[in-house]
Amino acid sequence: MSKFSKKKSGELPPVSTASLPDIVFMLLFFFMTVTVMKDSSLKVQNVLPNANEIKKLEKKDRVIYIYVGKPTQEFQKVFGTEPKIQLNDKFADPSAVGDYILAERAKKSQELQNVLTTSLKVDKNANMGLISDIKQELRKVNALKVNYTTYDGDAFNNLQ
Amino acid sequence: MARRAGAPEVNAGSMADIAFLLLIFFLVTTTIETDAGLDRMLPPIEPPDTDVIIKQKNIFQVNINMNGQLLADDELIELKDLRAKAMAFLDNGGAASGSPDYCSYCKGRRDLSSSDSPAKAIISLKNDRETKYGTYITVQNELVGAYNDLRNRESERLFGRKFTDMEAEYLNPETAQSAKDDLKDKVKRIQDLFPQKLSEAETTSN
Repeated sequence: MSKFSKKKSGELPPVSTASLPDIVFMLLFFFMTVTVMKDSSLKVQNVLPNANEIKKLEKKDRVIYIYVGKPTQEFQKVFGTEPKIQLNDKFADPSAVGDYILAERAKKSQELQNVLTTSLKVDKNANMGLISDIKQELRKVNALKVNYTTYDGDAFNNLQ
Repeated sequence: MARRAGAPEVNAGSMADIAFLLLIFFLVTTTIETDAGLDRMLPPIEPPDTDVIIKQKNIFQVNINMNGQLLADDELIELKDLRAKAMAFLDNGGAASGSPDYCSYCKGRRDLSSSDSPAKAIISLKNDRETKYGTYITVQNELVGAYNDLRNRESERLFGRKFTDMEAEYLNPETAQSAKDDLKDKVKRIQDLFPQKLSEAETTSN
């Protein structure tokens, strides 16, 4: 009998928190592997239009991004409210697009240089003149694969 | 006297806090989004060596003006009617049976004044410099949608599944190589039935 009555009854033993770091590390590694670092902060308003006949842009290492839109509130004093092109972290003229593409292309490894896609992230209120200039520049440097990046949604929402 | 049996244990209680800090840092600085959009090929800048003569009836002219109004084949139309109109044009199959261009799978009206066959049909898209990008994307979306609808129809008939699904599976990097090889032929075959010929002329400014 004495064998079983030895244990102290009463308060519960505290829950061990020794494995908490392991759990959190697991979460941490999960997020580290599934996410991608933000490479540039946006200086332009960038509300993309909607479309539903879209294809996914797989393989981020093969994509070059070009952002177009009105400068955000803090930059409007300096750059005005007309839509601008943002390459990496700075505003640029349409004529700089070609050089930018060539520079980005040179950074990629040899076998990827021919399969690059240019992703145009354009605000839906931008006008086509600027886009046409960009397209013309892209044609000049032979970057012919473009992707008009959009949100998934009904395309007719763009008209409002 | 101090015990000499090994070093004292390091307190690991704050390890969780450190890990949480790292976790939050990564959560804030990273994004999960995968981008999606409309894939397009731009025309090469050097003009082709030989001038190709295209019959007027094989061109479907779409014009967007600065107010977002749409002119398709000299008719003012609503954006929501564009898809049906483009499909009717592509699927027309006007060439007479027996001619090399005859389209056996077309279900259109076989109107002699419209396109000969899907392989010959070209959609030409023109826009103004003042056109809004959102409108332009909607038009692009509808034209790509017209092609996809027709391709889906043929794909359902030949292979019993949608073309868009097959293409998505083919482009997905996680698909096994053997499945990819199989899909490649099917995708190619459907693409050849309705080749995407969408020409984007340079913008006019007036």
